Amino acid sequence: MLAEKYAQEIQTILAKYPPDQRRSAVMPLLYIAQRDKMYVNREDMAEIAEILGITPTEVASIVGFYSLYYEEQKGKYHIQVCTDLPCALRGAERFMQELCSRLNIRPGETTADGLITVEPVMCLAACDKAPMFQVQSGAGLSYHENQTVESALALIEQLRSDATRKRGRDSHV
Amino acid sequence: MSKEKPPYILLRHRDIPDLDNLEVYRQNGGFKAFEKVVTQMEPAAVTEVVKASGLRGRGGAGFPTGLKWSFIDNKSWPHYVVANADESEPGTFKDREIMEGNPYQFLEGVAICAYAVQANVAYIYLRGEFWNLAASLDQHIAALEAAGLLGENLFGSKYSLRLYTHLGAGAYICGEETALLESLEGKLGQPRLRPPFPPSYGLYGKPTIVNNVETLANVPLIIERGAEWYRSMGTEKSPGVKIFSLSGCVNKPGNYELPLGTTFRELIFEHGGGIPGGRNIKAIMAAGASSSLIVADERALDTPMDYESVPSVGAQLGSASVIVIDDSVSIPWLIDKTTHFFRHESCGKCTPCREGTFWMSHLTERIANGRARREDVELLYDVASQIRGKCLCALGEFSIEAVLSGIERFRSDFDVAVGEVQTAAHVEQVPASD
Repeated sequence: MLAEKYAQEIQTILAKYPPDQRRSAVMPLLYIAQRDKMYVNREDMAEIAEILGITPTEVASIVGFYSLYYEEQKGKYHIQVCTDLPCALRGAERFMQELCSRLNIRPGETTADGLITVEPVMCLAACDKAPMFQVQSGAGLSYHENQTVESALALIEQLRSDATRKRGRDSHV
Repeated sequence: MSKEKPPYILLRHRDIPDLDNLEVYRQNGGFKAFEKVVTQMEPAAVTEVVKASGLRGRGGAGFPTGLKWSFIDNKSWPHYVVANADESEPGTFKDREIMEGNPYQFLEGVAICAYAVQANVAYIYLRGEFWNLAASLDQHIAALEAAGLLGENLFGSKYSLRLYTHLGAGAYICGEETALLESLEGKLGQPRLRPPFPPSYGLYGKPTIVNNVETLANVPLIIERGAEWYRSMGTEKSPGVKIFSLSGCVNKPGNYELPLGTTFRELIFEHGGGIPGGRNIKAIMAAGASSSLIVADERALDTPMDYESVPSVGAQLGSASVIVIDDSVSIPWLIDKTTHFFRHESCGKCTPCREGTFWMSHLTERIANGRARREDVELLYDVASQIRGKCLCALGEFSIEAVLSGIERFRSDFDVAVGEVQTAAHVEQVPASD
């Protein structure tokens, strides 16, 4: 249950908005759910609806409308490459294609180990530092700018070894 | 560079190290302006100074800021201020630099605006991708509360103010102010029918001022140094400085803070270092992906970048996100990129935009991939024309700017794309039969 696991954080979020406008907290609460599992499942949507006094359908509509929320589990790390016009003029499309082929996937797909999903996204406000991407994971979002395929692959190796180490630690518990 | 660079006004962190530290910001005059307005000025007098400065909204519309503040409805309470930090226009990356490098000047601007309209709560709506930035702004807000610069009974007055950040989740449309307010209320980010405008009916149906980050970052120095000082920069109708986000086919892309009225030529060739690989400049988009395509001839390059001059070359200044296009770029490819963006970002509320961007993207894809006929270009022009003037917000309008201007001003690129030029060449190569 999110309400127990993140009780204090949820209270801090609710306190930002007028008491009769709890619905405003729907997006921040969805971020908590997503951070927990890297996607938002039906149970969490129902719980958020209950906390805010709205219907699960209303919560689901928010998840569907906004592109940063996922309704299904994909990779543990989403490598989101901006391929919009200014980045494309600096080689972002070629960068993404080459990165994907080195990972043996197509854009939008997840690597065989289930860790890395590479996907094109819309402008990330870093047009002068393309090729660039953000990594979305349970830990949040981070920007990686002025990238080459080699630097991206090095980062991906780092993410993989982090994940392996974490998995090893979890298995001892 | 021959001219000495005047001190920065918005990107002051480039002159002053560690300006994102509250102590450093205060040592450089920070929060003096906020203290002055709270302790010495009537709220309406603050609005008058901003009005006199001629500051215009930097998010794209260029609406006079002080005039907007003066529209706040004093018969309905409480009031809110919302800072629009949803920066999502392809080619725009200025607000991010302000909030990263000079966050306190922006926050002080929010605070002064809130005092001017007597709001006790202000929200900063950031695009979801600015996750780390929101966390650092939360720390800066906490530092301000600890220093007694935000909170209850500020500077011994009766005035209280709280600031909160709120993260969006990946929707370009939320940069439109009424869609942003809907999103902040926990709903789908879809624009409202206007009027009523936010200064009378905004967040939670209450009077609300929505201003862009850069707009608000101008305010502390306008209060500190006065409207006359601000008017000494820029042009008569577009006073002050502007951050130009320069991207695309240019040697030194980046943010350039320059007076409004600086020419495209100075920005692109003097500051931006010109076009890479000795190529020629072909087109300019002055307002990001929402821009029409300016033919980059000598006259266009000598056009001053201000709100009243850019329309003379068939475009708008907008958020001043200057994308440079060189002669290696095919315009059908370019409009395919922009059309896919708008198709993805259309919120779906208005049929002409939702369906129009969908059909336009089918056509642009076919044209860009060389699978189209001349009739497809005519059809694309027709579909785009039918979106004009039929949508609640500007997204539909933005989606057709590059398409229509591209077809009108770069027709020969489309002739090549639909094979007409190649066909002609092919015919010439066929040996005469006799």
